[in-house]
Amino acid sequence: MAEAPRMPDECGVPEMDAYLHPVMKKNYGAWSWHDRPRPGVLHHVAKSGDEIWTVRAGTQRQMDVYTIRKLMDIADEFAEGFVRFTIRSNIEYMVSTEAQVNPLIEKLNAEGFPVGGTGNSVSMISHTQGWLHCDIPGTDASGAVKALMDELIDEYTKEEMPNRVRLTTSCCQINCGGQGDIAINIQHVKPPKIDHDQVANVCERPTVVARCPVAAIRPAMVNGKASLEVDEKKCICCGACFPPCPPMQINDPEHSNFAIWVGGKNSNARSKPTFHKLVASGVPNNPPRWPEVSAVVKQILGAYKEDAKDWERIGEWAERIGWPRFFEKTGLPFTKYHIDNWRGGRANLNASTHIRF
Amino acid sequence: MAKPMHDTPMLDQLESGPWPSFITGLKRLANDNDMMVDLMGQLETSYETKKGYWKGGTVGVIGYGGGVIPRFTELKDDEGNALFPEAAEFHTIRIMPPPGMHYDTKTLRDFCDVWEKYGSGLIALHGQSGDIMFQGCTTDNVQPAFDALNEMGFDMGGAGPAVRTGMSCVGAARCEQSCVDEGRTMRMLVNNALDDMHRPALPYKMKYKVSGCPNDCMNSIQRADFATIGTWRDDIKVDQEEVKKYVADMGRKKIIDNVITRCPTQALSLNDDDTLAIDNSNCVRCMHCINVMTKALSPGDDKGVSVLIGGKRTLKIGDLMGTLIVPFHKLETDEDYEWLEELATEVLDFFAENALEHERTGEMIERIGLTNFLEGIGIEVDPNMISRPRMNPYVRMDEWDEEVAKWEERKAAQ
Repeated sequence: MAEAPRMPDECGVPEMDAYLHPVMKKNYGAWSWHDRPRPGVLHHVAKSGDEIWTVRAGTQRQMDVYTIRKLMDIADEFAEGFVRFTIRSNIEYMVSTEAQVNPLIEKLNAEGFPVGGTGNSVSMISHTQGWLHCDIPGTDASGAVKALMDELIDEYTKEEMPNRVRLTTSCCQINCGGQGDIAINIQHVKPPKIDHDQVANVCERPTVVARCPVAAIRPAMVNGKASLEVDEKKCICCGACFPPCPPMQINDPEHSNFAIWVGGKNSNARSKPTFHKLVASGVPNNPPRWPEVSAVVKQILGAYKEDAKDWERIGEWAERIGWPRFFEKTGLPFTKYHIDNWRGGRANLNASTHIRF
Repeated sequence: MAKPMHDTPMLDQLESGPWPSFITGLKRLANDNDMMVDLMGQLETSYETKKGYWKGGTVGVIGYGGGVIPRFTELKDDEGNALFPEAAEFHTIRIMPPPGMHYDTKTLRDFCDVWEKYGSGLIALHGQSGDIMFQGCTTDNVQPAFDALNEMGFDMGGAGPAVRTGMSCVGAARCEQSCVDEGRTMRMLVNNALDDMHRPALPYKMKYKVSGCPNDCMNSIQRADFATIGTWRDDIKVDQEEVKKYVADMGRKKIIDNVITRCPTQALSLNDDDTLAIDNSNCVRCMHCINVMTKALSPGDDKGVSVLIGGKRTLKIGDLMGTLIVPFHKLETDEDYEWLEELATEVLDFFAENALEHERTGEMIERIGLTNFLEGIGIEVDPNMISRPRMNPYVRMDEWDEEVAKWEERKAAQ
């Protein structure tokens, strides 16, 4: 008889204690205050008087084992053997004396890891998988992010923005990359092309019908075979039908392009959390460097940096000066597509005579 | 081994520039890993043709139904043979990190050894749901790779219509603004629902995220079906001597412009002696003043959590924020944690029973109405749940008197 297979140890989320820097473990829940001695460095002081310095560095998120081992060598030699990662894939090293900070920064810089991403900086871009691993990507994510961070690295290593700037990139409008002060998302703009010979073989048709957000998909017989059809007037080209039904090809190299959205904010600080809004579209999908995307992002960042008040996030700035002025200051064109025409979108129209001349 | 490299003129361009390059990493792996040689071939093709070439499938490990993201190449010749055969299968294994994504170097080195042995050598730290993503594995190697990671004490994360991997901020480990034990909360919420993570049978995703204060560094309100946000209900703590120091250092104008007038409810004013007056009954705990004056101001002592339900990204009816359903509950004692665990179980059960296929919690609530949802999970209405009351008069209010009586009764009980 064959040996019984190993069954998983359903251990769930591990305890964090074993992975915590000793100073953090000792002062868990008992911190007093913090400041930022320089960009990329946080300094926390515990009620016990203990101190810890955190050095934050940018990574490429998709890391090879050699890069991770290099980062671990740095942690062992300069940072007491512990690290953590942020939600934006920055690596953080914690050290218990101020004297360890500069040698650590020098080593990280020498190895090609920029130090920054704290405070009023443009931090690393949270992003999706793109051509490397996603099944409905209109573009690459890691590549577009690398190209953009090359352009924005000075804003990563400095803290010169009015408030923090958080960017996201998504390889379709399903937007797994998340809300951002600036969200850079590719948009499929054509309905899926259906290979009717394949649908009956590989797709569970009710599942595909249920998946469509606008009920544009319905069962149909095509050339005597069970298949699906799409009401192209209703289709909003999201691509959600592709994963359960690969014969519904959504990738369109010719027509897909980037839309840029601004004003997303997750914090409750000052104003309530907000979603990002459309400001630009039709931006070409131009690998490997996507220069047109960088140009629009830099245009928005430049206007924000020049005009916003201290502590205003991009969306708060636009709300204060008014969206007409946002388009004026950024030089971006305003079109009929900026006007929300979904039935709940009336809340976004101006029911007042509040106008700035 | 050591298949010759494909020409990758477009990817090569991503090796220049100051930001760390993932392409340089892929090339190093390709030196002695044929899967990465062919992965680069397929990726370069995507860059040339602007098309993606992956489709999903079904790959898993014994005992579980989810957690692996299967990817099979669609880039094939006329006879159906993969153009880049070594990367024809390129699956991802999702593994749950410790809360706060803390690691010691040995653990990460061990991850590298496992992944060098069984996979491509490419690891994403971390995916958008917080998973450690071990990217690039053949179907045959998924089981031994998972076994090795599982023996290290790490477990599979969520994928598909299941409870997903949770996220919690750095929180109490390093942040003075932390109002709860984020790590304990996150572990409790996710580990309570492991069966629904490992054996996907829900209508769609269920995500838990935990932020220790309203700065919400984990983006819980926008991204989690069940968002737990630390907060407090007594007064902000003020060290007036430190306030005076901030005024002396920054100047009165800067303090007035950046702290006093930025308070969303005008609950702050600067006294003539440069101390701070706070109308705490009008404070909405937005965190702004505390963020600016970290040394002078801090959250109060009577700490707990707010719970918001139904946040999600775009699919399928557009982005939804979580809705506040519990304004405050203490989260200190074992009983408090049991209360939260019970609430989470109620929400999960209600979702499992009432949501339609591929419908998230927020979409279900939009379809059935918040009051029906609250009734289903046994939570009483509270004026903090709304931004403003109803504007639409087309509603039957037959049971108005009974509802008023319930309100009076609850008020009397407080």
